[in-house]
This record gives sequence, structure tokens and C-alpha cells, in this order.
Amino acid sequence: MSTPPRSSAGPRRYPFLVEGLTALGLIAGPFVLPLLSFAPNTVNQILIWGLFGLGFDILFGFTGLLSFGQSAFFGTGGFIAAYLLTQNILTSVPLALLIGTVGAMVTGVIVGLIALRRTGIYFAMITVAIAEMFYFLENSPLSAWTGGENGIPGVPTPIIVLPGFTWKVGTGWAMYNFLAICLFVGVVVALRIVRSPVGKILSAIRDNPLRAEALGHSVAAYKLTAFVIAAGYAGLAGGLLGVLQGFMPPDAFSFDTSGQLVMQTAIGGVGTLFGPLLGATVWLFLRDFLQSTLNLGSAWKLVLGLVFVLLVCFLRRGLIGGLVDLYKLACHRAEVEAEAPEETPMPIVTAAEPMPPKHRDGDFEAGVILKATGLTKRYGGLLANSNIDFTVKVGELRGIIGPNGAGKSTFFKMLTCEVPPSSGTIVFEDKDITGKGVTEVCQLGLTKSYQVNQLFTRLTVRENLTIAALAELRGKFRLDLFRNPAKIKGLSEQVNHTLDLVSLTARADTTVSALAYGEKRRLEIGLALATSPSLLLLDEPLAGMSPSERVATVKLLKSIAKGRTMIVIDHDMDSLFELVEWITVLQEGKVLTEGTPDQIKNDPVVKEAYLGGLHE
Amino acid sequence: MFNGLVLGALLALISSGLTIIYGTLGVLNLAHGAMFMLGGYAGYVAFGATGSFVVAIAAGALFVLVVGVVMERVIIRHFYSRPNEDQILVTFGLSIVYVELVRFAFGSQSLTIPPPPWGAGVTQLGFMLYPTYRLVVVGIVAVALLALYIVLYRTRLGMIVRAGIEDALMVDSLGINVYRIFMIVFGIGAMAAGFAGIVNAPVVSLTPDVGEMILVQTFVVVVIGGVGSFPGAILGGLISGQILSITSMINPGYAYVMLFAAMTLVLVLRPRGLMGLRSRD
Repeated sequence: MSTPPRSSAGPRRYPFLVEGLTALGLIAGPFVLPLLSFAPNTVNQILIWGLFGLGFDILFGFTGLLSFGQSAFFGTGGFIAAYLLTQNILTSVPLALLIGTVGAMVTGVIVGLIALRRTGIYFAMITVAIAEMFYFLENSPLSAWTGGENGIPGVPTPIIVLPGFTWKVGTGWAMYNFLAICLFVGVVVALRIVRSPVGKILSAIRDNPLRAEALGHSVAAYKLTAFVIAAGYAGLAGGLLGVLQGFMPPDAFSFDTSGQLVMQTAIGGVGTLFGPLLGATVWLFLRDFLQSTLNLGSAWKLVLGLVFVLLVCFLRRGLIGGLVDLYKLACHRAEVEAEAPEETPMPIVTAAEPMPPKHRDGDFEAGVILKATGLTKRYGGLLANSNIDFTVKVGELRGIIGPNGAGKSTFFKMLTCEVPPSSGTIVFEDKDITGKGVTEVCQLGLTKSYQVNQLFTRLTVRENLTIAALAELRGKFRLDLFRNPAKIKGLSEQVNHTLDLVSLTARADTTVSALAYGEKRRLEIGLALATSPSLLLLDEPLAGMSPSERVATVKLLKSIAKGRTMIVIDHDMDSLFELVEWITVLQEGKVLTEGTPDQIKNDPVVKEAYLGGLHE
Repeated sequence: MFNGLVLGALLALISSGLTIIYGTLGVLNLAHGAMFMLGGYAGYVAFGATGSFVVAIAAGALFVLVVGVVMERVIIRHFYSRPNEDQILVTFGLSIVYVELVRFAFGSQSLTIPPPPWGAGVTQLGFMLYPTYRLVVVGIVAVALLALYIVLYRTRLGMIVRAGIEDALMVDSLGINVYRIFMIVFGIGAMAAGFAGIVNAPVVSLTPDVGEMILVQTFVVVVIGGVGSFPGAILGGLISGQILSITSMINPGYAYVMLFAAMTLVLVLRPRGLMGLRSRD
């Protein structure tokens, strides 16, 4: 098997490769770019757009939130800094930039709390509308401070005073040095964020927000984090724009600003961090080239619009994505072919000893682990579950069977608090969890593997399990933006162990979308396992598996049941009878009967439920 | 109040177009504002050639219908299976292309179409004098909305469209060619914006950028009314029109601020919009 392209969870071979290359590129800029007929002012603008785009890419490329309202933060940061400097409230440019950035981030919190109430296209529409509101606020109600349509002129250039050395930043290439330092710091920070546990969780949210939530991550809080980070980058970039031009233009707030940012990012490549920088280079180069060299006048934007549409149609991942594909095509053709999807057969005997469930505070040793009383779920006129009483003891391995439509999955959803019950209570480890969220319940040690795979399809197997394990190790929300995941105690052990347990070690660095169905099924169980639950619910773990896979999976389930309580729903009676000790039969939303596998097998009532009665 | 009604009726019509496209196809058309603008310019050309306002209206609406159908056939249909974000990006790119094409052909200066002779002058409303044409606009838009309502709720096509909003896959499974329906819906939705564009041209002068502001207002209307809901679009449009005009009377600078404040309020109290559906989120 070929070396994995970027095993982001493991230790990187050259730890500061990207940072180093960025620094080299920025140093080489003033020597190379003039040869390509770039004017210093254009290059400086490119740097500002690149910095602006770093935050936007974290929001869009890594978290999957497409905002068309970044101008709001770009303008806010810019105008705060420009106002402070021109009113002589502050004389230090870096300090004003910092305050502008913080101001933009505070604005980001407020806007985020509103806009993030919705996702997808709603989110895009709301951000557009809010950004437009900022434009109008700047233009009239706040014009006494912002200068309205005139903007704020006279923004000074920075003077950096360090002990024993004063740097009075000029214009042109001198300004380039200052901006390049800002961009470099921005890149280093963005790389740290993307590689931190938070960064991993952000990509999980992009791929499958529901599962990220069910694994115990507070999705809303992480989304807000990404939104505020993007606002911060935008605020800094906006402030720098004022410093570069010596003038803060009201255009910073316009819809065009947001639109241009989105287009540059898409042209360069989404989810690459450097896409916006490349996109801005292409954009501004073409603009100057079309305007001055080809004398196209205002038609330059038409050409760029066409280029953009074609790019979105044919080069989905932008220029960087295209280059990466081209590179892979050229170098790795043979290897890619050799790596044709080969499914790892599941060994019949699992070598790994299952990891014991984590002991959470208020250790719960014996007695009843889960008690549901009078659980009822109504969907309009349909009674999916009615008045179910259900008790599971610690260490039990329980099966639930019932014909299709008996309300098994609804019952599970209520236990994991994915849907609130219409009435009734659920007590888990002596804590009343009725009405709690699925995230919180997972943090308490109760989680589920899904009937239909809910995986993070664009991430690797290892990354998937890392995300699950992080929830248990870090709690539902933690702002460790600069932490190296490799340094989290117990993380790699837990991930490797789970990999071993579900026999996916050989496929650890494969992207989930390239896995075979049986492997995905195992990963689905692995995700739930990696959170170290004390009570694990399995919704049809055997669904869609071949007979041999079923045998192996039953073995796996038996081994992980040691020291753990499990409830299993399945339609495969033979496997279930072999696996569990006690069975609850559901029919039409009610508990029909309970008993040992042998009792259930021979119960005439159960047979009637499955094969139909005579009295209807 | 009447200004609000005129604006509200127009917004309702444009938003209905956006919302039925989104509801049926699942595509948010960021070029919808450009459709509004194109309708105005097409009407301007037709008016210049014939001098008849009726012909201008027909030309504006039909031209945009054709643009919509061609756009769906050539580009949008390849995006149904791609993520929402890609759809947003491509329609955004297209809107820029349309705007810049018009700028290229007609320049940036504003153009005007005079109201038709039967709509010129002012009307005595008892308590105030009011431009007749604006009253005509309310009438025309009301007729257009009624027509849209009849198509949506009283025809076979409309039934399929409404079924498609609920579950497009199911409609497809029933043996109805959903893609043909998609094309028609996209055309009709675009036409609603184009029609509004030419009807509005005598009220507000034409510039290539006229669609951008309308698009943003349309978003607010749709968010307030609920995405995918035709009655929601009408209600949202009327409410937004009133907010804009009433605030403008007091202090024009705050008109849009108030509009967005209203949207925020709706989002906080009823995240799905006033008449939003549960499905399609």
C-alpha cells in the first residue's frame, strides 16, 4: 500500500514544512512578482485578501458554512481601527488593528448567534441580509463616526517601536514587509487552528453535523467559534486595508466585498487555506491585465465572472484542487491503481481486548443502569410508542425485536434523547435525562450506532475515530485552538485500540467514501465505541451484512459487551438469540412480552405478532 | 402606506418566484435579482422599438422566461446532485455575468421608461393625491399573483409542483418527468422576477445594479415568510413593504435597519419563518 498522502492525525514528517514554505514564498515575493509585472500596491492588496480569506476558508472550507456576509466584519474591523487612529485616540497602529480585530470578533459573536440558528441556504441568505444592514448602518445612522459615503481619510502608516529599534513603515514594498509579517502570523495561527482538536471537529461538522452532535460535541458552540475566528481575520484584514490605502473606504461594507472573497476562495480552492491567496492573485492580476493591457475597461468583471462560472462547473475544487489532482495523476497513477479498493476481510477472532468503559464521575457500579417509565411518542395522530416501561441492569446484554413499524428505532431515539418523548421519563445511572440533548447524554456515557451509517465521509477512518474519542477526552466544548492532538493523553491509544477492535487498522488512512459497505458498518460501531460508553445502543448492527460478516460481527459484539451494558435491535433472530441474554418484544409501539431467547422463540404470542393473527 | 403596498406587492411577486424555485428544485438562485434587472432591460428595448408599454411587459416577461429555461437546461441541471454551496456559487457567478453583460451593452447610467398613457398622472384618493401608475402596479401585480396562484393550486402542473416541494424523489418515482417540471418551474420563477422588473421600471429607473438590492430584500422576505412557502412569500412581501415605507417616512436611513431587525425578530421567535414548512431543511 502506498504511503498515505497526509496522515494528519499521526506525527507529521516535516513538522513546519508549510510554515517554512510560506515564509520562503513571502520573502521571495518582492523579487519574483515584479518580473510578472505586479505592482507593489496590487501585491499588497493580494496579501490583505489572502489574510481575509484565511478566516473565511476556516468557516467555509473547513466548517462548511458558506457566508456571504464577511464584509460586515471586514468593514467593522477597518472602521474601528481607522476611527481610533484618525481621531487621535490611539497612535499605535498595531494596537488599533488589534482593537479592530477584537471589535469584529465581538460583532461576530452577536451576528453568529442570529445567523447560526439556521444552516445551508438559510444561513447564506441571513448573512447576506445582515451584512447589507451593516452597509446601511455605516452609510447613514453611523455616518457621524464613519464619514458615511466618504469613508475615513487620513489613516496613518504604522510605526513599530521595539526596544532599541524603530521601524517607520513606508508605502510600496516597505508596506509589503509589514503586511507579509501579518499574513505569515495569520497563516501560522490558521494552521495551528486547523490541526488542533477544534479543527478536526470543525471538519466533522462540515461532513455530518448530526453525528458530530450525537458523539458528544457541542456543534453550535464550535460553529460559533469558527464564525468568530473568520470575523477576527476579516477585522484584521479590514484594518490593514485602511492602513494600506491611507483611507477607509465605505465599499469595505458592500456586498461586492463579500462576493469577491467568496469567488476568490472558490477560484483558488476551498478548504486549502491558501486558496484565497491564490484566488486573489489570479483575480487582481487578471483585473489589471484586462483593464490596462487589453484595454477592456469595465468589461474585466464580465470576463472574471465567466471564468468563475466555468471554474465552478468544471474544476470543483478550484485551482489548488486541480493542481493536486494533476499532480496525483502524473505521479501516482500506478500506485493508485495498485490501491484498488480491497476489502479487508474481517478476522473471525478479534485479538484486541475491548477497552473498558470510562469511569465517569459518580461511579455507577451495580443495579439498574437505565429505567424508562411510561415512555410515549406521538407523531400527530400516530402513536409510535405508547407507555413503554423498560429497565436494563448493569452489565446486561439486551435484545429488542419486533416487526417493522413496531417503534423500535423511535424508542432508541428517545433513549438517546435525539427526540423528546411526548410523555414519560428516562433515568440513566440514577440521573433523570428526560429532555436533555443528545450531546449531553453521550457525554454521560450513553450513545448509539445508527441503523443507516452516519459517518464523516470525507475524513479518514482514523480521523473519524479520533473525533469520537475527542468527545470523551475533551468534553462537549473546549477552546484548545492551539493544542496538538498528538499531545492529548490517551487519544492515540484509544483510537488505535478501537481500530484494532473493529479490524480496520489496515484501512486507517483510507477515506471513508472509499470503504466497502461492511467496513463502513464496522466503523459505524467503532464510532460509538470510541466514545467509551457505559451503555451502548446498537440499531440493527447486522443490517446489510453478508452471513460471514454477521458471524464475525456477533463475535465482535460479544467481546465488547464485557464490562459494558448493551441494547441491540436487529431483525436477524438467529444472531440475536445467540448474542443476548434477555429479549424485549415490541409490537405496535407497546411492549408485547419479555423473556430469555428460548422463551421468546417458543412464545405463540410472538409468532402471531410476526406472522399475523387469525382474529383480524 | 400606499408606497408600502406597491413595494410589498412587487416583493411578494419576486419572492414567490424565488421561493417556488427553491421549494421545487432545492436551488437557491442568487441570479434572481439579475432576472429582475433583465426583465427591465428587455422591456426597455421592446418599448424603444414599439413604443407600446404592453408589448414591453410581454417582452420583458417572455425574455426572462427564455433566459430562465436556457439557464436551467445548460447549467443548473448539472448542479442538482451537487452540494447547495456549489449551486449558490454558480448562480452567484451567473448573476455577475448577467449584470456585467448588461453594463457592457447599455452602460452604467440609469435609464427610464415613462409610464403608459393610461397610467400617467395622479389620482385623487379622497385624502391624498397619488401617482396613478403606482395604483396600476398594485393591480397588475395582484393579477400576476392570482395567475401564479391559479397555476400552482388549480392546475395539474401546479399539483405536481406542490407535490415536488414536498418530495421530489417520490414524484419522480410516480413516473412524472420531474426534470421537465423543474425546467418549467425555473422558467416561471424567473419570469415572475422579470415581470416585476419591467412593471417596476417606470417607478424606479433602471441600472445594471438594480437587481442586487432587490435580491437582498427578497432574501429577507423569504426568511420572514418561510423558504418554499408561496403564501409565506406574499405575507412576507407585504410586511416588508410596509416596514420599508413606514420607516422611510420617519427616517429613510433606518428603513433597511428596521427591515433586518424584523427579520432577526422572526428568526428568534420562529426560526422557520412565519409560514415555513417543517420539511426541506
